[in-house]
Amino acid sequence: MDALAWARWQFGIVTVYHFLFVPITIGLSFLVAGFQTAWVRAERRGDPHALRWLKLTKFYGKLFLINFAMGVVTGIVQEFQFGMNWSAYSRFVGDIFGAPLAIEALLAFFLESTFLGLWIFGWDKLKRGIHLACIWIAAAGTALSAYFILAANSFMQHPVGFTFNPKTNRAELTDFGAVLTNKVTLITFPHTIIGCFLTAGALVAGVALWHIMREGKNAKTADMDRRAYRSALKVGVWTTLVAMVGMFISGDIQGKIMTEVQPMKMAAAEALYNTSQPAPFSLLTIGTLDGSEPVFSIEVPHLLSFLATGSFDGKVQGINDLQAEYEQKYGPGDYKPIIPVTYWTFRFMILFGALAALVALWALWATRRGRTPRTRWLRWAGLALPLLPLAANSVGWIFTEMGRQPWIVFGQMKTAQGVSPTVGTGEVMTSLTVFTLLYGVLAVVEVGLLLKYAKAGVPDVTPPPETPADSDAPLAFAY
Amino acid sequence: MELTTLWFILIAVLWTGYFVLEGFDFGVGMLLPVIGRAADRDLGERRRRVLINTIGPVWDGNEVWVITAGGATFAAFPEWYATMFSAFYLALLLILVALIVRGVAFEYRGTRDSARWRQRWDWCIVAGSAIPAFLWGVAFANIVRGLKIAPRPLNGGPLEYIGGFWDLLNPYALLGGLTTLLLFLTHGAIFLALKTTGDVRDRARNVATGTGLAAAVVAVAFLLFTFSQRSTAWSIATGVLAAASFVAGLLVLRGRRPREGWAFLGTAVAIGLTVVSLFLALYPDVMPSTLRDEWSLTIHNASSTPYTLKIMTWVALVFTPLVLLYQGWTYWVFRKRIGVQHIPAGSGH
Ligand code: HDD
Ligand code: HEM
Ligand code: HEM
Repeated sequence: MDALAWARWQFGIVTVYHFLFVPITIGLSFLVAGFQTAWVRAERRGDPHALRWLKLTKFYGKLFLINFAMGVVTGIVQEFQFGMNWSAYSRFVGDIFGAPLAIEALLAFFLESTFLGLWIFGWDKLKRGIHLACIWIAAAGTALSAYFILAANSFMQHPVGFTFNPKTNRAELTDFGAVLTNKVTLITFPHTIIGCFLTAGALVAGVALWHIMREGKNAKTADMDRRAYRSALKVGVWTTLVAMVGMFISGDIQGKIMTEVQPMKMAAAEALYNTSQPAPFSLLTIGTLDGSEPVFSIEVPHLLSFLATGSFDGKVQGINDLQAEYEQKYGPGDYKPIIPVTYWTFRFMILFGALAALVALWALWATRRGRTPRTRWLRWAGLALPLLPLAANSVGWIFTEMGRQPWIVFGQMKTAQGVSPTVGTGEVMTSLTVFTLLYGVLAVVEVGLLLKYAKAGVPDVTPPPETPADSDAPLAFAY
Repeated sequence: MELTTLWFILIAVLWTGYFVLEGFDFGVGMLLPVIGRAADRDLGERRRRVLINTIGPVWDGNEVWVITAGGATFAAFPEWYATMFSAFYLALLLILVALIVRGVAFEYRGTRDSARWRQRWDWCIVAGSAIPAFLWGVAFANIVRGLKIAPRPLNGGPLEYIGGFWDLLNPYALLGGLTTLLLFLTHGAIFLALKTTGDVRDRARNVATGTGLAAAVVAVAFLLFTFSQRSTAWSIATGVLAAASFVAGLLVLRGRRPREGWAFLGTAVAIGLTVVSLFLALYPDVMPSTLRDEWSLTIHNASSTPYTLKIMTWVALVFTPLVLLYQGWTYWVFRKRIGVQHIPAGSGH
């Protein structure tokens, strides 16, 4: 393999890794903020069980922080690697692409990191309302950061608001508003954010379910803790279910926009080799070895037409026709992404998400009216629950990014042209090895800690004072 | 003023902010085994936790300064970003690894009640602070000194770094690394003296004197070396001011009634002015070429279009003051000194 191939593997690995932590950070920051709000309000109402919400805040807050640390440190790699590994690309798009990245840091990362620091360490230093506001601001920061980074990514999928300047040999910005309101951004943002809620909802529900199912065995569980888990399960399950509906709706729109701006990606997602009207949705397609013809397939008639165009009789372009069209437009070359990858990742994204929703429904049913479920199957399903949306997110991104190939900026620059010319194979192999080993070790540590704290259950808590007292008492929170 | 000049200044400001702020938390990290030591195991652990908690609420916010500096360079000077980040490939890899292990170490060291576990993470903090503290100095010295930059291909290609990794480890650059390392060490010690009580504070003050003297000698050597290679009247003036401010900081620390606040201001200003001095020496180049003058990256041939710069200027003018405001507020909220008596029992969290 050459430097290009290593650089691509490295980008894929570190980015997918980063995006394991991101959805949990985004989704969970909002849910934890919600728990804390529920506590403040319940306390004000005089709810005798108000403390359960504080317990949940601290419990899931702890899982959130363990995860957040990894989101932060893997993010710095992301920021640097455009220049390190993709310098030619950076020169080509910097005039456009750098702006959202810089704005993301200035607007969002400062907000997140500063207010999260205040939230973590400020329990006994800030007034209750202000302390609560801190976690909401941090949560808003995470969503804001997602918006700008997705705007940058959407430019690569569907470049808008620029012209190519042959004198400087680069893409130059002409309309920043167009970049920020790229129609791909406008739909990718909700789809991704809802996906984050799906992930966090499943995590909250999965952990709560595990504790509820152990209650039977563990008669000691305090009444307040029981209530806490029940509340968490409800919040988690409903978040998961509503989010899944949102995923269907936003994903459906995304499919239509994708068909419009990157028809090859849609055709590749479906392994639709020949233009069809109406087009069926493939449940299983196996192609010939050279990948140019389907050999065997099971299909649902008309469904793809609807997904891609909104009409059951719409025409969907096939891979072979698009290949011919692109050769005319962009010159000779292979304009097909790797079909089995796009095909399967697209299916698994939907499948994993749907499975998560099914497990969530099952958990809701099994715990109706205070029941304690005992089925072993549900226990296994509950353990898988947090993993399913994570997997769906990863394959969703792998689909999006690999479906864009061979382009790094669709229609403008090919991935092969974007790589750093001065960084040698040895250097990239070194960094890839280092990142893989380091990330591997950190994954083991992180999963171990998450399991440890998830198992430990909701902590004992004492409500912090209404207003901070200036005493010499030990800190309420210390590293 | 031309927007390219304004952005050159803004990027200098971001790096200044980064070195002044993260400088002290690097210093605190490096001092963990020095100040956070005690014959009594339990006391040693408490002291280390005092150290870590002085920077606990702020280190991540400080780190965002470098992310923003990177992003702003990308947006305003894409050619600079592309050439610099690919040129320093392996050095940046080391810095990234260091920042990664350091970042998780803060969060994870207290999650298990085991001395070995904590000790391992403590070493991650020490190495994770020392490596970037040294390498950032090496990188900046190399930029000021100039690198083997040439167009690739020769007829009008982009200006790329064509040297190797070992070229970066020249004596001047290594001196630069040592300078930042010692400056940050001193800055961190003074920060600790300012933020703690009891014997941690006394120890921090003593350490600061020692490292401060070493830092002063090395930094002056580095500045003189710099002036001899590349300087303007302004860069020399700021360099001299930086040195004066540093020495003044050390003196007030040693006074009969030590004023740690003023001392900290002294090292902060010194570090800030050192960065400013380097940027002044650089201007209007951003990455000078040692091969030929016309192959240098400058604020003109490395910059974005005026349109992009204009947008970014508005964003920066509106949001930078806001960031300064709320980050300043954080320091106010956590202004209280802490000592071992504030450390709660248990292993943390
Ligand atoms: C929890 C995860 C999850 C789930 C259950 C789904 N998605 Fe998704 N999908 C993502 C997580 C995701 C993602 C990882 O967030 C992606 C990658 C890039 C993006 O915008 O979102 C994505 C991309 C993505 C794209 C590609 C957009 C592009 O490349 O332009 C399409 C067409 C869909 N999704 C459609 C769907 C449909 C029809 C779903 C049916 C329910 C669905 N997604 C469920
Ligand atoms: C704004 C955000 C993003 C940008 C700017 C971006 C940009 C890029 C770039 C420059 C490449 C390298 C070219 C290539 O090898 O294809 C790439 C590839 C890739 N990215 Fe993204 N990416 C972003 C987000 C993500 C996310 C969040 C994920 C998943 C978690 C992801 C997954 C991948 C994968 C799997 C590849 C490898 C594709 C391949 O090797 O063919 N990307 N992306
Ligand atoms: C390849 C493109 C990406 C880059 C350059 C990037 C950059 C970064 C950086 C520098 C951080 C650390 C911030 C800190 O220190 O506080 C970070 C963390 C994070 N990123 Fe990414 N990221 C990328 C992909 C994504 C995507 C696609 C999303 C969301 C959809 C996202 C959302 C977040 C969030 C929520 C965090 C965690 C919160 C935090 O660390 O502050 N990132 N990212």
